[in-house]
Amino acid sequence: MSSVSTFVKPVSPQHQATGVQGRRKTFEKLIQAFLFVCAGISVATTVCIVVVLLVESVQFFFEVSIVEFLTGTKWTPLLKPQHFGILPLLCGTMLVAVGSAVVSIPVGLGTAIYLSEYAPPRLREVIKPVVEVLAGIPSVVYGYFAVVTISPMIRTVFPSAGPFNAASACIVVGIMTLPMIISLSEDALRAVPRSLRQGAYALGATKYDVTTQVVVPAAMSGIVASFLLAISRAVGETMAVTLAAGATPKATLNPLESIQTMTAYIIQISQGDTPAGTLEHRTIFAVGLTLFIVTLMINLLAQWFLSQVREKYE
Amino acid sequence: MNSATNVGGRRGKRMISLLFSAGCLMATMLCLMMLLVLLWSVISEGAAWLNWDFLNNFLSRHPEKAGIKSALAGSLWLTAFTALFSLPLGIGAAVYLEEYAANSWWRKMIQLNISNLAGVPSIVYGILGLGLFVQTFALGRSVISGALTLSLVVLPIIILTTQEALRGVPDSIRHASYALGATRWQTVYCQVLPASLPGIMTGVILALSRAVGEAAPLVAVGALTWVTFVPSSPMDQFTSLPIQIFNWSARPRPEFHQIAGAAIMVLLLVLISMNTIAVFVRYKYGKRIRW
Repeated sequence: MSSVSTFVKPVSPQHQATGVQGRRKTFEKLIQAFLFVCAGISVATTVCIVVVLLVESVQFFFEVSIVEFLTGTKWTPLLKPQHFGILPLLCGTMLVAVGSAVVSIPVGLGTAIYLSEYAPPRLREVIKPVVEVLAGIPSVVYGYFAVVTISPMIRTVFPSAGPFNAASACIVVGIMTLPMIISLSEDALRAVPRSLRQGAYALGATKYDVTTQVVVPAAMSGIVASFLLAISRAVGETMAVTLAAGATPKATLNPLESIQTMTAYIIQISQGDTPAGTLEHRTIFAVGLTLFIVTLMINLLAQWFLSQVREKYE
Repeated sequence: MNSATNVGGRRGKRMISLLFSAGCLMATMLCLMMLLVLLWSVISEGAAWLNWDFLNNFLSRHPEKAGIKSALAGSLWLTAFTALFSLPLGIGAAVYLEEYAANSWWRKMIQLNISNLAGVPSIVYGILGLGLFVQTFALGRSVISGALTLSLVVLPIIILTTQEALRGVPDSIRHASYALGATRWQTVYCQVLPASLPGIMTGVILALSRAVGEAAPLVAVGALTWVTFVPSSPMDQFTSLPIQIFNWSARPRPEFHQIAGAAIMVLLLVLISMNTIAVFVRYKYGKRIRW
């Protein structure tokens, strides 16, 4: 850290001349160079992601026009006649993202408010680790849960639903993203200064008034950021959605139907035997690029909201 | 306003307040319930199939003969190599950002870049791995390609948690070390790193457990689902535990769902033991240091 650097005594030229000091200085330089490279790898990773996605996508767009890709309503790259309109995949992704938010936002925010405002400290100590366990369960396990438990449940309630349906994907992805909403929102709620709450109580407000009209509005930017990060996670979620929602690219808003998301399509092609270098195989880079751009935009927006929180109370 | 409506209003308000807190409590209980239902659905399906043969058999078309030996071995290879690549790089990057880099636009850019990388979906890393390691570097669909890809997935997690741990070490420790004539690296290596080790370890174990459970980038890199051998070198093809679970869950026969349940029990046991170690490290070594 730069604040520390003022405390380092500069090595004087006479010391440099002696062997031990000189070798030590070279060693320090080497270490610093190594650490610099380590940090540089993160930048290189981003550059590589962009380059790899762009190079293959550009080749894809030589053969398929961008306009057709972005506005076409049919996605049948593996069937004749081929259509390369990404809207059905985008629609499937959005359906899962919105559907999972319908599950995770009320439950997550309710839990966060309970943990921050109502729960006795001992209960909090029990619930926090449970939420962490939910966060630690791999995505493929949620996929299994959707196939084995949630989907049959949905089919008993709605007999018209197929064995693969968007609703089961929405529910499990909602459960997956809960921990993110709970922990980030709870942090935001707890960061609201006590004095604000006490001021409201002094004016005769009930706990409900204090929570909904003082604490939640004060923590709003953090809460919105947690929603956005959860939605971005749902957009990029792969294994659970692939297992639960099926492989039927379709522009529908009916959650009981089988759909396909962008991520599930990438898995479908990766598992098949489409040879690399063909137009069909390049579709995964074009779809990957779209996915990368969508999640990047949501993440940047979320980070902007988070920076608002920091400015307020720090 | 007369007093009667005032009282009624107050009672109504109290009612709303009560309902709201009950709603929040219900949401919390719902979280607990979901976890219990999930665990139950895994155990009720899988428990009967979990035995020594299941751990020691290779894959089979017949669920009663199928086992996870190759998947367990693959997961072990992957995790070991992922740790080998990601630990030095991740901790090194964090040390650079916290202890070396001046507070310039360069540092801010790297920092913003790392937070963004943490939000990139893992499947995108899979596509990167496919384009970079499998095709460009011609490493093939090997353990090494998979491990390199997983390293990129977990690097942001390791960097961010290590930074957090380094920030927890007070500056007075660094100043004291400099005052005694230590160089910057001596200060980092002999003072700062040991003091922040519990935090770093916790983050590392967390990141590796993420790698153990990750399947999407490996499928994109081209991990196989039908492997009936234990990889003997980093260039061999591989499968892993989450990939087997994916494969079995996707099949229609209920017996395969049951062995998927058994495989999930093994996976969760591995993850739980890793997390227990993390908690233990944090508790045991974290307590000793009191600034």
